[in-house]
Formats: sequence, C-alpha cells, structure tokens
Amino acid sequence: MSARRPFSAGGAVSPAAEGSPSRRRFLAVAGTAAVAAALAGCKGTSTEEFLQRNFRELSKEEVREVIARLEREYSAKFHRKVRVGNEPPIPGVLFGYALDLSRCVGCRRCVYACVKENNPSRQPQIQWIRVLQMDKDKGVDLQHATPYYDPEKVPEEGHFYMPVQCHQCKNPPCVKVCPVKATWKEPDGITVIDYNWCIGCRYCMAACPYGARRFNWDEPHIPPQDLNPETHYFGNRPRYRGVVEKCTFCIQRTRKGLYPACVEICPTGSRKFGNLLDPQSEIRYVLETKRVFLFKEELNTEPRFYYFYGV
Amino acid sequence: MGIRGGDWIRRQRLGGVPAWGALLAACFAASWLGAQTPPPRETAPTAGEGQPPGAEEIQVPPPPFTEGIFPCTQCHDGKTVPLNTRPRNLVDMHDDVVLRHGTDRWCLDCHSADQRDHLHLVDGRLIGFSESYLLCGQCHGDKLRDWKVGVHGKRTGSWNGQKRYLLCVHCHNPHSPRFAPLKPLPPPVPPKEIVPTKGGTP
Repeated sequence: MSARRPFSAGGAVSPAAEGSPSRRRFLAVAGTAAVAAALAGCKGTSTEEFLQRNFRELSKEEVREVIARLEREYSAKFHRKVRVGNEPPIPGVLFGYALDLSRCVGCRRCVYACVKENNPSRQPQIQWIRVLQMDKDKGVDLQHATPYYDPEKVPEEGHFYMPVQCHQCKNPPCVKVCPVKATWKEPDGITVIDYNWCIGCRYCMAACPYGARRFNWDEPHIPPQDLNPETHYFGNRPRYRGVVEKCTFCIQRTRKGLYPACVEICPTGSRKFGNLLDPQSEIRYVLETKRVFLFKEELNTEPRFYYFYGV
Repeated sequence: MGIRGGDWIRRQRLGGVPAWGALLAACFAASWLGAQTPPPRETAPTAGEGQPPGAEEIQVPPPPFTEGIFPCTQCHDGKTVPLNTRPRNLVDMHDDVVLRHGTDRWCLDCHSADQRDHLHLVDGRLIGFSESYLLCGQCHGDKLRDWKVGVHGKRTGSWNGQKRYLLCVHCHNPHSPRFAPLKPLPPPVPPKEIVPTKGGTP
C-alpha cells in the first residue's frame, strides 16, 4: 500500500490496476478528458463555477466558498472591490408594494434609478421597469399603451402612466414552469433567480403575464465606474450571458431595511413599500383605505404589487 | 409633546416603538425648545395627541426658502418697510411671486402681518415656516391625513426604521401649487433599433 498513487481527478486507481490497461482506467482517463473538453468549451467558466450546484442545496461552507469566488471574479473583472451579500429574509416580514396611478407622471426617474442600483446590462440595454403611457379614455388597456413616449414634458394631456415591473406574485407562474428550479419564492415574498443555475430556456418569460423578466441575449456590458459594488447573490450581482433576470424589490437594500431605489427616487411619491404583516405600515394603510386594484387579477397570480388611486 | 414642526414630527399611527426613539425625541425636544426664543405661541392641536407616548420620529428637512429671503424681519421690522394691510398687487418687491392658488387670496391670508417670521392659521394662531403643513391642512385635510401616515408625498430612509419626510412646500410651490411638469428620461430602445453586435440579423 506504500506505493499508493495520489488522488487524481479521475478517482483513485487501485494498485492492482497499475501498469496494466483496464476498463476502469480507460474510463477514468476518458472522463477527465471529457470534463476538460467541456470546460474548454465554456470560455471564462472556472471548474468551481461549472460544478456549482443549485444554491438551495449548498451547505453553509459551500455558500461561503461560492460567495468568495464570485467576489474574486467580479473584483477582477471590474477592477474594483465588489461585495456579494447573502442576507436572509427577515422573519415576520412579507414585502408589499403599492403604486399610486393618480400621481405617477411618467417621468421614468424610477427606470434609471433601478438601472443604477441593480447593474443590468447597459449594452445591450436591459431595464427592469417599463412605464406604460395609457389613454384616460380607454383606462388600463394594453391595446392602447406604449412605453416609447417621448414628449418635451410629462404628464401629457389625456394620458396616465402605469409603471410595470415584477409583481412578486404569491402564485408565480414563472416559478411553476422553471424546469431546473433555478427560480423560487423566498419566505419574504420575493421571487429570486439563481443566475448560476438558470439554463436560459426562457420558459419563465413566456409564463409571466406582466412581461417582467429580461433575458441576457449577449454578454452584459456595464462600464466599471457605473457598477454598484454593493450586491446580493439573488439581486444585483453582475449577470451572465444567457440567463434571465428581473426586479427583486432591490433585495440587497430591502433586506437591510432600506426602501427600494425606485421608491427613493420617485419625485411624486407615488411608490409605497413596506411590510404587509405590520398593521402600522404605510402599505397596509393603502390597502385598507384606498381604492386598490391588481393588474390582470383574473389570472389568479395574486401579485404583491398593488396599484391604487390616492386622490 | 404634540406634533412639533421643525425637524421632527410624530408618526400618527403608532406601532412597536424602540426606546431610542423616545430618548431621541426627549433630547430633541429639549434642544429645540432651548434654541427657539421666544417659541411660537401654542401650536395647533394635532391628531398626534391622545396617542400612546413614545412615537416613532420622522425627520423633515428645513423649508426651501429662496436664498437670502429669510428671516423676513430683515426688511419687515416695522420701520424699514411700513405696514400696509390693504390687498394690492405688489410692484417693487415680491413681484416675481405669481399667486395661482385658490381665488381672491393675498399675502396676509397666510403670512402674519405683525410677526413676519411666522405664518398664521385662520383662527389667528401663529406657526413657524417649518410647520406649514398645518396651514395647508386647513383646506387640504385629506392630504394632511395621508401625508402623516406616509401615503401622500415622498418618504425616504428605512421601511422599518427612521424615515425622512418632505414638507408640502418641497414639492408644491405654495403660491402656485400644481406639480410642475417634468422632462421625461429617455424611452427604452425599441426592438427595431436594436443593433446585433455579432453577426446576427436585426
């Protein structure tokens, strides 16, 4: 046993097999070669990344290793210190969001505050919030809505504005269709994506009735100076080509007690956010005293994103 | 302590309250009362009263004055500019103020004639400029109610902790209160303008 070989990637080879070709030995060599060939095919993918499992199956130790590796990779790529957080849901908190349609003026400040906070690709362009301009005569009618309006000043006469982003459904169709369980609902109500487990099949995009999910068709490009280095594993950490992303209620901010970036920027104060389980929260006040409606309520997705009329 | 204008007001709907909030309130009340001499007369009774003690404190930034205009007693000291309470169109000073707010209004309906650094409510009680929401709330009571619970107007800070409010006048010019139209930020790139980066077809 003293002549035992060191452990190799192909597995320990029994001393008896040494020197003589065998089926086992052949398979070990072929297996190693296959993994090497696969890794060579994935440019820029490290072995650890290639072998990483679904985030929910990782032990605490493995999570630490994954986060450390991501921080290393991002810091090297963007030439600055990037922190990848892993803040868990706060017990007793269920996030809810309300948007005042009577006050939104369609200025798109939220769209760009979101881009600044959440590190989506700038080229090709990805934005998580889409502001729809609608006719007052028609009401909430997607047949008469456009996100491409660009007048000198908003609001325009005869129109109202309806920003749409991920509704963080209680009954999310996107989660139901994911074939690899790369997206799921967290206990605080946020639907998250494991960007390292997503295979890019885009079933979730087809399933989402709100058009909230975005796909990285190409290598995402973010100028290093525009990167927000405070990130979260499920939130705004830089994404890869071929994965899906979407609004997470700024998980990296809200799990630390801060308001989402879109709430902070809105010049009209149309956006309200809080804990649905706290009877004293402003979100509960909205639900209890205002006229509230759910977008595409008939689909039974039960969004935790509510639209209301504040006046 | 009722709702104190100035930098802190009391949250109307009360929840579980951290002890540091009450402590902070006490410290602030002491420094606030010390700094204001003389303090304005009795402030209006507010919905905050009758609530259990130890309210969550909310920060409000100081009112947005035009540069160099406050205190008003720089000029309106009773001597430099003689008092004239007759409603009229101003010509030499303040002619940039366009009053587009209700009908048949004029300066001294809200500004106090003899305590120039204060505003007054309809019943004559004086309030500071940092409590102007009380004045607005005389007509816009529903908005004041919603503002106090954080539903009208903008709140920033922490959804489960300290928040920062804006006064009515931070968003609405009190002389012309309609929210001013804004230039929208650029629209998203429409699909037909998306340029393939590597060999694809548009």
